[in-house]
Amino acid sequence: MRKNTSIAILASIVVVLIGLAYFSYRPIMNNLKLGLDLRGGLHVVLMADEKEGQAVTSDTIQKAIGVLRNRIDSLGVKEPIIYPQGKNRIVIELAGVNDPEQAVDIIKNTAQLEFRDESGKILVTGKDLKDAQASPGTNGQGATVNLEFNDEGAKLFGAATTKNVGKRIAIVIDNKVISAPNVDEPIPSGKAEIRGSFTAEEAQNLAVLLRSGALPVSFSIMEKRTVGPTLGADSLSLSVKAAIVGLIAILLFMLGYYLLPGLVADISMVLYSVLVLGVMALLGSVLTLPGIAGFVLSIGMAVDANVIIYEHIKEELRFGKTLKAAIESGFARAFWTIFDSNLTTLIAAVVLIWFGTGPIKGFAVTLSIGIVASMVVALTFTRYLLVLCADITKNNKLYGV
Amino acid sequence: MQFIEKRKWFYIFSSLFIIPGIISMFVQGFNLGIDFKGGSMLRYKMDASISASAVTQTISDLNLVREVSVQKSDNEFYIRTNELTQEQTKQVTDGLQAKYTNVELQSAESVGATIGGELVKNAFLAVLIALVLMLIYITFRFEWTFGLAAVLALFHDVVIVCGLFSLFQWEVNSAFIAAILTIIGYSINDTIVIFDRVRENLRMKKKDALAALLDKSIMQTLNRSVNTVLTVLMPLITLLIFGGGTIKVFVIALLIGFLFGMYSSICVASPFYYEIKQRG
Repeated sequence: MRKNTSIAILASIVVVLIGLAYFSYRPIMNNLKLGLDLRGGLHVVLMADEKEGQAVTSDTIQKAIGVLRNRIDSLGVKEPIIYPQGKNRIVIELAGVNDPEQAVDIIKNTAQLEFRDESGKILVTGKDLKDAQASPGTNGQGATVNLEFNDEGAKLFGAATTKNVGKRIAIVIDNKVISAPNVDEPIPSGKAEIRGSFTAEEAQNLAVLLRSGALPVSFSIMEKRTVGPTLGADSLSLSVKAAIVGLIAILLFMLGYYLLPGLVADISMVLYSVLVLGVMALLGSVLTLPGIAGFVLSIGMAVDANVIIYEHIKEELRFGKTLKAAIESGFARAFWTIFDSNLTTLIAAVVLIWFGTGPIKGFAVTLSIGIVASMVVALTFTRYLLVLCADITKNNKLYGV
Repeated sequence: MQFIEKRKWFYIFSSLFIIPGIISMFVQGFNLGIDFKGGSMLRYKMDASISASAVTQTISDLNLVREVSVQKSDNEFYIRTNELTQEQTKQVTDGLQAKYTNVELQSAESVGATIGGELVKNAFLAVLIALVLMLIYITFRFEWTFGLAAVLALFHDVVIVCGLFSLFQWEVNSAFIAAILTIIGYSINDTIVIFDRVRENLRMKKKDALAALLDKSIMQTLNRSVNTVLTVLMPLITLLIFGGGTIKVFVIALLIGFLFGMYSSICVASPFYYEIKQRG
């Protein structure tokens, strides 16, 4: 009687588990964030250039972050990560960018726009701009950027053009003269146009920069990593393939070596995988290339918890204990072994989260989640399954003794 | 098997790796990647028929870079240079595209020297903090003698892996540091499982002599040690075969580290514990 109930429970657990894996696959995959190494993107660390008499404060950095956020939004990047680091640095991480090198160009420019007269005096700056729009020109020629000043800017610009009729006004961006047109008549409308030898794309980028405003200080690139979208996609498919082959090898090994408990471990691994990937999707942690390696390694770790338990159970069986008693005392003895050994490993993983950035952090996070999940699954779910199996068959040979 | 009695042989075996490794670290140092030294690394996809030396020549002719070295694997070209600006990167790409067809920039990394210096400092700090925290935990859960033996065995693993990377001049980058910390994490795991068994056997009423007790504990956990390493090595080998060039260094470091980690847990940690107990 008991045997039949246990078979029924075991069968329904397997069915539920397969259903869980099947139905959670899509939502998990859709919510799992891929790192920039798997979908292309960029990681940039900018450092503010200190100039004399121009201290870089946290306020400066906050302002710069605001400007950068505007620029990045105009690139259409989803979920940009921008944060300050230390006193004078900004870290930017963008994933899913098609042309990461171009994105770097847009980020790093200070975009300080100035109109100067022939003596070099600054007449109006980009601070008083209301809008900037690119117009592509015709046949790829003559792309321009159309500027519109706010009231204050329009006043200054009107006065400046009135004063400089017949002379040249230089349009200077980041201390580089873009063009220096002749002023034919006063322009009171607050509208101006930058002509240069731009391509349509360059005009577009310039408009974005001017619209989102100048950075309060200039920045230099301390660190830059860009990954193109094709490389990201290649890495993803290759590493997923490697992970799947590795997993199948582990599952077969467990089944071949530990027989019935091996099968139980394999079933537990399905729950384990859903759990780890599900938690990662829920926490919004990022799956990186080393993260996939971390996931596969943590499966090895999860199997290890089972191996420790089974070796203990085998030992207890050899002492002549009944199967049920062997499972009970095997788990009891294995508990602290698994706890102590996994906790020391967790120490290394947590230190790595603290130390690492980007992909490495992704690896450490995956590993940490994996270590905790493996303990939970091995000590509860696997244990329950084994007890069920003990109800079904008492044949010690199936336990490899 | 008498592990403790044969410990001299294990020490000799380890020394075969440690001594040349340490000499190499002092004499030729490490092949530091741009993460540590600063510089740029550009990765291009080009026709596999193009030779690495031709690419080196093309780039040198541009007169843009001070140092350039090109490594090639099939149709992937890894170009390492001194730190390039955004414009210079573009000029290198343009230069290659002018000379060859089907040139695709796949990834570009530039790291300033300051960042590299900080990374070295943080890496040392991370390894040190991990070791100290482990020592504290093991002392708390076991006894300081176990903790000391375990941490010394970890140190042994780290020195061997670093030594081999120096000997063969494999590139040391931040993924390598991640690998070292992972190796520490796994090796300590193995060691703790064995020490846990030693602790259990020490609590038994009928106690063997320490050497015999240690041997017995190692034998009782040997199956598990070997099986665990096997289950971890299997996915690592598939990652090495299919995983692509990006994580190769990482996987190689892990492979070597896990093998030595298993070895040190069995053949080094317990003898160290024995030595400490004999002297203490």
